[in-house]
Amino acid sequence: MKVLVAIKRVIDPSVKVRVKTDGTGIETAGVKMAVNPFCEIAVEQAVQLKEAGLASEVVTVSIGDGASQEQLRTSLALGADRAVHLQTDSELEPLNVAKLLKGVVDRESPGLVLLGKQSIDGDNNQTGQMLAGLLNWSQGTFASKVEIDGNKVNVTRELDSGLQTLCLTLPAVISTDLRLNTPRFASLPNIMKARQKPLESESVDEHLSAMSQHIEILELKPPAPRKAGVKVSSVDELVDKLRNEAGVI
Amino acid sequence: MAVLVIAEIQGDGVAGQRLSEQTCRAVTAAQQLSDNVDLLLWGTSSAHIVDQLQGYPLGQIHLLESAAVEHGLAESLAPVITALAVDYQAVVAGSSTFAKDLLPRVAAMLDVGMTSDVIAIESEDTFIRPMYAGNAIAKVRSHDAIKVITIRSAAFALPLTNGCDPVTVVRVREDIAALAVNDLSSFVSEQITESERPELSAAKVVVSGGRGLQSAEQFHLVEQLADKLNGAVGASRAAVDAGFIGNDFQVGQTGKIVAPDLYIALGISGAIQHIAGMKDAKVVVAINKDADAPIFDVADYGLVGDLFDLVPEMIKRLPQS
Ligand SMILES: Cc1cc2nc3c(=O)[nH]c(=O)nc-3n(C[C@H](O)[C@H](O)[C@H](O)COP(=O)(O)OP(=O)(O)OC[C@H]3O[C@@H](n4cnc5c(N)ncnc54)[C@H](O)[C@@H]3O)c2cc1C
Repeated sequence: MKVLVAIKRVIDPSVKVRVKTDGTGIETAGVKMAVNPFCEIAVEQAVQLKEAGLASEVVTVSIGDGASQEQLRTSLALGADRAVHLQTDSELEPLNVAKLLKGVVDRESPGLVLLGKQSIDGDNNQTGQMLAGLLNWSQGTFASKVEIDGNKVNVTRELDSGLQTLCLTLPAVISTDLRLNTPRFASLPNIMKARQKPLESESVDEHLSAMSQHIEILELKPPAPRKAGVKVSSVDELVDKLRNEAGVI
Repeated sequence: MAVLVIAEIQGDGVAGQRLSEQTCRAVTAAQQLSDNVDLLLWGTSSAHIVDQLQGYPLGQIHLLESAAVEHGLAESLAPVITALAVDYQAVVAGSSTFAKDLLPRVAAMLDVGMTSDVIAIESEDTFIRPMYAGNAIAKVRSHDAIKVITIRSAAFALPLTNGCDPVTVVRVREDIAALAVNDLSSFVSEQITESERPELSAAKVVVSGGRGLQSAEQFHLVEQLADKLNGAVGASRAAVDAGFIGNDFQVGQTGKIVAPDLYIALGISGAIQHIAGMKDAKVVVAINKDADAPIFDVADYGLVGDLFDLVPEMIKRLPQS
């Protein structure tokens, strides 16, 4: 079974993001970039499936400008076999990403597609579910455990109220949550080897221009700052302030 | 404009079940879009919920009673909602894991975009939502004929429920209900957290613990303080990852978003992703032994010191609730 993993280049999670003063976007000049952490978990899962003999090939795909190839190389160093880069400089929205990914699925016929549950920039949490809907495949979102058994896969999902396990018929789309696994680090030899692995790139601008824009970002603003607080020196003072100043206890 | 709200039911046993607080608040959001708000109520025995909804600001309730939707799986509900949605200009639900799973699938089937985590409604097509863990607030416009949105419940009040016309109930047509039969996925099991404490995302007081609590046993200190204050318990990702407490207690960018009157962070450093989930609390208290911990930047009251000394002292100083 072939496993397809979608990955996204995002601002590194440790960077404090700042909105440009003109409200048109986010400061990205000189900012450290990374594989979206949830996508890293998806890559790790695919590689573990291959190591367990359950996947025959792991293909990663990323949509974005030329720099996204950096994150695809990272995925190859982590153990993916082959990478596909869908090149565009355009801003993307989840539905159109899902449509482009569907194109790759139609061509590659994977038995399983793994994606992160959300990307930490847009925070939409939509693409995997949309892809499953477009394909009319089963979906296992927010997965913290994935067990493949023949043409079925049991997925344990992190819900607001606890955990739920579903049995999905393959092919399926699974989106990964934080506790599915701990991604490995790429070793130096593997980083070297990744340079030789196949990475094909093609422009998707023509496809994109045929798609409509659904959700338009009109403006970005920084959030209202919290007013500065105070340090208290004792529990007594804290309890007193909570009772008499803030009135919350 | 007509709006369809997707219901979510919470509570134990048939008798204890009610419309979730998130759904109630989604009704308020829907009212800001239109006076014409309907509800899809689904399950195996939800008729008694209809009684609870008399007086609600709803036009009609689409009632879908079917074993096929017992567990609310997206593969079953999405085709039904897609079929009903053609008579609406918006489909709205609270930002729960249920709706996050379901609504994007619905949107894709309708060939429309979706707006997640709306915190304010500017007009019929323009919404405000956070991005980048709340470090950017976006104004977005939907160009689609049907808007699909989830709302952050902390940003919307509970609806006023008096003085409304009686709600009419219509059973979902059989041919549409039949779409819920799905051979793609099936339910296996669930582990639901049972707790006497208030529900985390709706609680007035939340006491959260982080890695600083050191172990699952010592994490009980968080629970003791929460109980003293009649509050809910929360946690940082590090505390959940370390197994101090279950995943459904995680507060943050990728966990639950809370906006209580009082949020107390114990042994939590205040990473961007954690702050994303609690910075809308009215009053924030942080107890941390590191005076430079970033949590103090968002705390109204900070107390530097060892939580294992300070929290028991605080519990002692508070009256029994
Ligand atoms: C993609 C992604 C998503 C994430 N999502 C979330 C999320 O939703 N929610 C979330 O919380 N995190 C999330 N994180 C993780 C986040 O970045 C931090 O790693 C996490 O919040 C740290 O948890 P912590 O503050 O408990 O632990 P630490 O950062 O280790 O902090 C522990 C704190 O305890 C203090 N301490 C230790 N002992 C004591 C003592 N005896 N008395 C007083 N203070 C003490 C220390 O000074 C320290 O400040 C996410 C990370 C990523 C990459």
